[in-house]
Amino acid sequence: MKRAVRLIVFYAGLFGLWTLLSQLKIWPPYLFPTPWGVCEALYAGFKDHSYWIAIAVSMRRVLIGYAISMVLGMLLGLGVASSKFLEETMGGLLVSLQSLPSICWWPLALLWFGLSQNAILFVVIMGSLLSVTLAMEDGRKQMPKIYGMAGRNLGASGFRLFWYVLLPASLPFIVSGLKQGWAFAWRSLITAEMLYLSLGLGQVLMMGRDLNDMSAVIAVMILIIAIGYVVDGVVFKSMEHRLQQRWGLTPST
Amino acid sequence: MSTNAHNFPAQIPIPIDPRIPAHIGGPRAKSSRIPVVSPSRNVSSDIPKVGLSEICLSYRTQSGERLLALDHINLQVKAGEFLCIVGPSGCGKSTLLHLIAGLHQQTSGQVLIDGHSVKGPGTDRILIFQELGLFPWLTVGDNIEFGMKMKGVSKAEREEKTRYYLRLVHLSQFKDSYTHQLSGGMRQRVALARALATEPDVLLMDEPFAALDAQTRDLLHDELERIWAETGRTIIFVTHNVREAIRLGDRVALMTFRPGQVKREFVVDLPRPRVLEDIHVARAAGEILGELREEINRSLEVEYNVGVEPHVEVGVEP
Repeated sequence: MKRAVRLIVFYAGLFGLWTLLSQLKIWPPYLFPTPWGVCEALYAGFKDHSYWIAIAVSMRRVLIGYAISMVLGMLLGLGVASSKFLEETMGGLLVSLQSLPSICWWPLALLWFGLSQNAILFVVIMGSLLSVTLAMEDGRKQMPKIYGMAGRNLGASGFRLFWYVLLPASLPFIVSGLKQGWAFAWRSLITAEMLYLSLGLGQVLMMGRDLNDMSAVIAVMILIIAIGYVVDGVVFKSMEHRLQQRWGLTPST
Repeated sequence: MSTNAHNFPAQIPIPIDPRIPAHIGGPRAKSSRIPVVSPSRNVSSDIPKVGLSEICLSYRTQSGERLLALDHINLQVKAGEFLCIVGPSGCGKSTLLHLIAGLHQQTSGQVLIDGHSVKGPGTDRILIFQELGLFPWLTVGDNIEFGMKMKGVSKAEREEKTRYYLRLVHLSQFKDSYTHQLSGGMRQRVALARALATEPDVLLMDEPFAALDAQTRDLLHDELERIWAETGRTIIFVTHNVREAIRLGDRVALMTFRPGQVKREFVVDLPRPRVLEDIHVARAAGEILGELREEINRSLEVEYNVGVEPHVEVGVEP
């Protein structure tokens, strides 16, 4: 209860400050929009369905891209974790590649796939693949060896050992990596969409700039933040919570 | 289902029926449909269920020297026999179980099941690990089902057998619990049920009761003996508690400190059920302890570079 009060006070204060600054008219309104201007832009955007379409397009892309990098990343991570050779050779490469911002893949994607959906998808995958890979590798190493032995002992081998034992056993150790992978995928997507007429949220954001409509720019930024927050706070939080309950780990607050 | 599947509430100690002659190859729960003890094919009476022949295991330590862990182990276990292996810690007795389970490969020698050489893990031999290795992401029921699922047993049969084994270990009410919600003794029984549910011929147990309090351990001794008599499994049970070995085993094999060898085998010729505090059990344990003490001395000298006279009390874990 107290926490809710603190949150309301904080956001009311922020809103008040914003209103005050916009009312003082230090900057022209096309550079510093008023709160109700942004609200109007949000309302208009949803009313003419353009925001709904943008959200749907972006979510579809990020889900496909994230799913692909989950599968690839888990396989890669598992490979690196279970092969000494791969760990020595590819392990270092993976870590160093992570310092590369995902948008650096954009020129390469353009040449490979042309100005297309696939180019965006490629950037999304490259953005999140490494976090998922490193998380899986780490999780596989941290996972107590006993589970793998118990699984083999009970007759599991090959893919079924991975699917029924190694994957669930390492989930608590990789869930934060998966979360990070999601965040990277989302950011990469928006960045890539800003560079190409693509119908997604990124493009709507750029459209605001092209039209000199600062209210719309802020409105779309708020949307992007909100979606990222909802996925992180609702999807991953509940996943973590369920894992902790099942495993009997004390929830970290 | 089974006349032996008591419907008692969980956690009530079941006194072993003294009328059940729980000797080698005791009653095999004839009246029950499950579990079916699969009679091993092409086994003549002189081929042991488990045969260890000239098993050696050596490995390279961090400093690069080769360490001989197991040195020409020869052991034979008859079908339906309860063999206990005792030895000082570091004698390789747990490793030996891992080799029988096929989870590790020996350097030389052979593990034979019904005369056939073991190549990797198989559900005819199930190991109950010291740390159990129950799957925390599965419920108790799903844990017990796991081995059957891997074997491709149909869902209906799996559910039926899971119910049966849950009753056998008195955990019927805990089918949908997660393992962390159970006490140590209950978890131990889940591991036992999970192992039994795959219906192995050979049950390998690695110091399963070492971490339990005395009351729970006594209770589980009773239950294990009862289940052994009901199901007729071959059990190889590793412990460092000599009295526990006498309490449970038909035979006790004593292992030496590194390199692990079988120093001597003792046949336990005491009527069942035995009681841990019984004077005959204590006397038999005393005999083995004398020899075990030498090995413990040796292990202490090697591990700590000291020559000490350890106080080993009968029945107390060294």
